[in-house]
Amino acid sequence: MKKSHILAIVVIAAAIGIIIATAGDASTYVNFNQAYKMAEAGNKTSIHVVGQLKKDDNGHVIGLDNAPDNLSFSFILVDDNNREQKVFYNEPMPPDFTRSENVVVIGGYQGDNFVASKILLKCPSKYQEQSVNAGI
Amino acid sequence: MIHYFIGDLGHLFVIISFVTSLVAAFAYWKSRTITDVNVKQAWINNARIAFYAHTFAVVGVFVSLFVIIYSHYFEYHYAYSHSSRHLPAHYMVSCFWEGQEGSFLLWIFWQALIGIVIIHTQKNWEAPVMVVFALVQAFLASMILGIVIPFADLKIGSSPFILLRDALDDPIFKMQPNFVPADGSGLNPLLQNYWMVIHPPTLFLGFALTIVPFAFCIAGLWEKKYAEWIKPALPWTLLGGAVLGLGILMGGYWAYETLNFGGYWNWDPVENAVYVPWLILIASIHTMIVYKNNQTALKTSIILVISVFILILYSTFLTRSGILGDASVHSFTDLGLSGQLLIYLLFFTLVSIVLAAVRWKEIPSSEKEVSTYSREFWIFLGATTLCLMGFQVIIPTSIPVYNSIVGLFGGTSNLAPPADQIAFYSKFQLWFGVAVALLSGTGQFFWYNKIDKSKLKKELLTPVLISLIVFALIISIARVSEPSYVILTLAGVYIIVSNLKVLKSVIKVNPALSGGALSHIGIGLSLLGIMFSAGYSKVVSLNNTGMLISTELSTEFNRDNLLLFINEPRNMAGYDIEFLGERFEAKNKTGYIKKNDVELTTDPYQVVAKRDIIYRDKKLYAAKDTIEIYPENTYYEIELRKGDKVEAILFPRVQINEAMGGFIASPDINRGVTKDLYTHVSAPMNREAEVEWSDLEEVRVKAGEQFFVNDYVAVLEDVLRIDQIQGVTLNNDDVAVQARISVKGERDTYYADPIFLIRGKTQVGRISSEINDLGVKITLLNIHPETNEFSLGLNARQKDWVIIKAMEKPYINLLWVGTGILMVGFTIAMVRRFKTA
Repeated sequence: MKKSHILAIVVIAAAIGIIIATAGDASTYVNFNQAYKMAEAGNKTSIHVVGQLKKDDNGHVIGLDNAPDNLSFSFILVDDNNREQKVFYNEPMPPDFTRSENVVVIGGYQGDNFVASKILLKCPSKYQEQSVNAGI
Repeated sequence: MIHYFIGDLGHLFVIISFVTSLVAAFAYWKSRTITDVNVKQAWINNARIAFYAHTFAVVGVFVSLFVIIYSHYFEYHYAYSHSSRHLPAHYMVSCFWEGQEGSFLLWIFWQALIGIVIIHTQKNWEAPVMVVFALVQAFLASMILGIVIPFADLKIGSSPFILLRDALDDPIFKMQPNFVPADGSGLNPLLQNYWMVIHPPTLFLGFALTIVPFAFCIAGLWEKKYAEWIKPALPWTLLGGAVLGLGILMGGYWAYETLNFGGYWNWDPVENAVYVPWLILIASIHTMIVYKNNQTALKTSIILVISVFILILYSTFLTRSGILGDASVHSFTDLGLSGQLLIYLLFFTLVSIVLAAVRWKEIPSSEKEVSTYSREFWIFLGATTLCLMGFQVIIPTSIPVYNSIVGLFGGTSNLAPPADQIAFYSKFQLWFGVAVALLSGTGQFFWYNKIDKSKLKKELLTPVLISLIVFALIISIARVSEPSYVILTLAGVYIIVSNLKVLKSVIKVNPALSGGALSHIGIGLSLLGIMFSAGYSKVVSLNNTGMLISTELSTEFNRDNLLLFINEPRNMAGYDIEFLGERFEAKNKTGYIKKNDVELTTDPYQVVAKRDIIYRDKKLYAAKDTIEIYPENTYYEIELRKGDKVEAILFPRVQINEAMGGFIASPDINRGVTKDLYTHVSAPMNREAEVEWSDLEEVRVKAGEQFFVNDYVAVLEDVLRIDQIQGVTLNNDDVAVQARISVKGERDTYYADPIFLIRGKTQVGRISSEINDLGVKITLLNIHPETNEFSLGLNARQKDWVIIKAMEKPYINLLWVGTGILMVGFTIAMVRRFKTA
């Protein structure tokens, strides 16, 4: 067997190993019901939940609760199945939070509370912004 | 008034640049099909004119857009959404590329310039190479074309010259079509940083440079000059590697200085998307060098060079199509260009794959077995490792793409990227780093001399011994104990030592050949720097008071953060640390201004000096001067002392942005030779919240008399009648007096000036004066003309405070020094290859 063949086999093996490792470490996007069931079953891995902030009829975000020192906050996230869930986040509110279209929370249930370790925001494209808000 | 002309001109330039790039591509292509020398030359001349016109138009687009931003034409959406009147001129450059359109423009601009250089330096390759260039330019220009095809209702590209009223559907434009906002919505404060002025141009120059080897490779396949393309392409590839690497590094450095996650690399998909092409680019440099020396690895080089360009397009697609929206913290938002981006990516992928496949059989390849003792073998192993290293990153980064593809076929896939990205990628990349270091440390010995088994042993003996000694010293002094870090340290030391040996012998022969050895030394130093600064980063702001900052906060927060009251020293990391107060930054002068020394005005961007403003023994402003400031930025002056000696004064910054909500903290870094002390504010005082004042205490004093307020010695200096009060209109029969009270604080004398106003002989108004630093408020309550006494009301509150977090980053300078050496190595190698090309 030629060296190049051995090398090729090693490379293919490594590539397969990488793919398997990725699949093993990948997280999943779930809804709150699934996340809750996972936590009940003792599965403590971090998962992603995509949702939207709860808003009233005028489009104002409701259910936002800032700690007195602005160091942590909680909010209500509505997932794709329309389940509302209070989410706790142990960091200051990220900028642009209330303007975000979609919020992705990464974390898991601790009892009945969902505690996020990381938040990703999808902010509206400037082109979808519907009003002029500065300088009037 | 709406300035239509400049926008129309800019848009015209965009259209011209698109059309001329197509014309240039066609003319260059045509010139290849013609054999008659004169006609051929005529087509080439036409093509050149078209490409020059294209470059001119691109510059025209650039200038038009800059005029719009610089002149504050907020009727244009680009100026409105990326700039504002208070933005300093040098940051207007950053708003230029904050938007997608501007960054496309930057890419087009660099590529046009490189194209001109190619036209003038590569006579033999001009036509086929420039066909590729002009085509890529056409695709890029189409991204900012902004035209709608009437019948198909198809929008092509997003123009930066769109008017605000066309971009937004705001009711105000129905009532007043010519409405122009008075100010723009401003540049994201995080981007108001000098690195953000130079990082994007560098990165996009790197992007633009990757087209050169690709274009030469395609030209080589097309013209059936399968091997000749490598020689002219190699120096450009080296330049691309250096510039792209530098661009990535600048981004990391910006993150280190500006963001507060405590590092320079976050393994975010957007970062990964450009890291992977860089790795493959480096691999391709290695295989191209192998080919030049030994006529092997030609096919590999072709595959790698094509892959680099395709990966750059792929990364553009990932970051700009919105596909990463649920996976990344900082991808661009979707401009509706995803279809166009996908066509761009697929077009060049298919063309290059088809071309390579058609020619594959004709590409010469060497069938001889490579010897384990040849440098080619080792370099090839190294290049393979780099490719696997990139593969490991791109597979998880592409997870959102797999979900979309599954979705396209009607399925659902809910795979998400790993929750802890840093841990996930680090655990793999670390071992690749080790492999790269070991391979290049050893491979270098085969580089300059033919070697067999016994000679290799001899050559390797000294460097291995020295490496082991240095390694033993490092791990015992720096106390490295984690097994994976121990191995990484050994590999890092080995690559440095062995390359130093090579460097020593090469410099004797010819210093121009030292590029390779230097680059590898740089890589070794960087690996060590990354390992120490990330692996051994340590929180030093430990709360050693035995008291919780707040019971509402997590245990972790209470443990890792330090609450500092103003003018009360604490101990931290061997320093006495003291918070000295909140500061503004002067807009037009270098220096910080104490908030206590200025008075706010009705314009948030202007304050008036209450006294002479001194910063570092230099008088910045005289009393009563009006000073321009940035109201959203507050700096926290924090002094670090050892004994009586001031070691450093840090100014970590907090930005409060009303429109965006929340606060953004940026660190200040005390740089040392062996470690950086990285400090950021983790919680500022919330001035909006209700302040709890103590009950009012009343004192009666004469002018010049001493009294105590909140345990500080105070003197009523004098009381004067005044004619003007900020924000109050005085009538003719109003009487206003202002008291001037000096209060001696721990480090400074402060002044309070409460006002007492009598209106129409019966009404009384009082304006209290607060000294923030001392937490006292003084009110002039009453005047007793009969005894020449004044009644003062005194309130006190909790003193000002700030909560900080500080980390030590050991040996981070190794990373910066290492990358510097890497760049020098690249430059030396590049200069040599340009000379021989």
